Amino acid sequence: MSIFLNAASKVIVQGMTGSEGQKHTRRMLASGTTIVGGVNARKAGTTVDFDGEQQPVFGTVSEAVAETGADVSVVFVPPAFTKDAVLEAIEAGIGLVVVITEGVPVHDTAVFFAAAEASGTTRIVGPNCPGVITPGESNTGIIPANIAGKGSIGLVSKSGTLTYQLMYELRDIGFTTAVGIGGDPIIGTTHIDCLRAFEADPETVAIIMVGEIGGDAEERAADFITEHVTKPVVGYVAGFTAPEGKTMGHAGAIVSGSSGTAEAKKSALEAAGVRVGKTPSETAQLMRDVIESMS
Amino acid sequence: MDLMEYQAKQLFAKHGVAGAVGIVASTADEARAAAEQLGGTVVVKAQVKAGGRGKAGGVKLADGPAETAARAEEILGMQIKGLTVHRVLIAPTADITEEYYFSFLVDRANRNYLCIASVEGGVEIEEVAHTNPDAVAKVAIDPGAGVDEAKAREIVAEARFPAEVADAAVAMVQQLWRVFIDEDASLVEVNPLARLAGDTLEALDGKVTLDDNAEFRHPEHADFDDQDAADPLEAKSRDKGLNYVKLDGSVGIIGNGAGLVMSTLDVVSYAGQEYGGQEPANFLDIGGGASAQVMADGLDIVLGDEQVKSVFVNVFGGITACDAVADGIVSALGILGDAATKPLVVRLDGNNVDEGRRILAEADHPLVSVVDTMDGAAARAAELAAN
Repeated sequence: MSIFLNAASKVIVQGMTGSEGQKHTRRMLASGTTIVGGVNARKAGTTVDFDGEQQPVFGTVSEAVAETGADVSVVFVPPAFTKDAVLEAIEAGIGLVVVITEGVPVHDTAVFFAAAEASGTTRIVGPNCPGVITPGESNTGIIPANIAGKGSIGLVSKSGTLTYQLMYELRDIGFTTAVGIGGDPIIGTTHIDCLRAFEADPETVAIIMVGEIGGDAEERAADFITEHVTKPVVGYVAGFTAPEGKTMGHAGAIVSGSSGTAEAKKSALEAAGVRVGKTPSETAQLMRDVIESMS
Repeated sequence: MDLMEYQAKQLFAKHGVAGAVGIVASTADEARAAAEQLGGTVVVKAQVKAGGRGKAGGVKLADGPAETAARAEEILGMQIKGLTVHRVLIAPTADITEEYYFSFLVDRANRNYLCIASVEGGVEIEEVAHTNPDAVAKVAIDPGAGVDEAKAREIVAEARFPAEVADAAVAMVQQLWRVFIDEDASLVEVNPLARLAGDTLEALDGKVTLDDNAEFRHPEHADFDDQDAADPLEAKSRDKGLNYVKLDGSVGIIGNGAGLVMSTLDVVSYAGQEYGGQEPANFLDIGGGASAQVMADGLDIVLGDEQVKSVFVNVFGGITACDAVADGIVSALGILGDAATKPLVVRLDGNNVDEGRRILAEADHPLVSVVDTMDGAAARAAELAAN
């Protein structure tokens, strides 16, 4: 089992013909993802060659869905076109839209998230995220598939490289699914959405949650854990030394006045019974202890 | 990007929001001339991107040109929350009968927009929300639907703005909505929104935060960039397309990925406690690619900071292979030559790590030491900075 994504997922790539899209489509294919085509209105009817495998390019997402039965889309289109691309995927009834693009204006995200909510069918992950991987089954996005294999840990993180770091440190245990939710002010899938899904997933035995400064998503996740999560959760929060009022790389990573601090997030998580590591390696060790105590 | 009051008011004026923009002055003489032009009593307001300007003594009334020049002289150069005042805004005074509060903002928690409005303005809205929560109306806005006249009327009614100004408020709410959407702002705040004699409304102050991600559709916003306040290294790194934030410590930091770099700052700060309180000198995310040129640009900026005593390069090879990163470091040191003078501690992990470490070992650069773990490397970098 896994969350959001599995071996049966049929994936299309919006932006497959661009350089990033091509590079990562090749990687996703190599890691076993079932990719059924790409979308680009100007190149409809053509194919793109991936090491001998021809991927069809469709004019619209709806056409791609009608022809292939695609139920997942990965979006690599540039920021100026992301809103329209995501709206098109929602319109076509795609169940999971993973938006990798960095630099999407927050008003655009607000509009496509509202449309996804109104549709009742589409889950959005991202934008500005590394994607979702269910090792050995499907990989949508840019998370390197060779870091870690299938296992029993569920991971949710705002940060790409911290996802990689923790997957690497725990590669001998492995993961059910790792979700990079992204660091923008508005994101389609939150820590809470992932915690709920991991709690319901029978194969996930423990959960790692990685947060960072900005907003209060971690505090709300802590409340959710208290109420609804019975599986052990290990946490990590980045940005204790971040100064007030400065954006630290991710658009949403900013301490505003006294809100959004790493300290507040850590305290809230600990109050919810989450073991919070001081460094990534300590966090990995805490998870290792949890897994060992359960076996 | 946070705007200063006069910049916010320029955007307000562009969208028809009532309220005098005033005249910006950067010297006492300019302030005198502005007062002559405006006539009567004026208010001299420090232009810095910080709240609490009034409390800090950065807002003063002045009667006539001579007094305006004197007040401007006092305020210019003043420090408010660590920011130097380079400009003052000279604005006409208004005959205020009541002060309200109004804002639109991105609501991260609910992933939509929030409008906050209150008839108790002119003070901090957090304070009002604390002492008299019933006086603060919070109205959620569906980004798909936006704010039309009906929604504006709902907001004005919820906020209980008096009937005499209701129509004016409905108009202003819609104008401020245009500022919020058309200018790609993540915050538009008016405090106070003043009711004047004759029941007109004016925005007497303005706070706007623009979404940096939307710069591509607003080339005109580049003019708002505050060159005076920008740290020279931050300005240089922006020109190079690097994500750099200057901090106060002695350990220069270069890493890939915002989360990993933030984490690196924390780990260095913890490790620094063992070495006389060494702290990170900067945040620098060189992103996924980490080519030799990007690494050289990054090193150049970090080494350009005189406070830096050692540099910690922390890279996790995800998509990028560690051997490429190692090649980048070696070539970067070659490009920099004698300009590289401070010790570098490098930690590589992930994709092709063995080959990466081999390349660094083979190059055997006198400034470079390789440490296998992030915690160990942070400790080594802090130790070197302390020496």
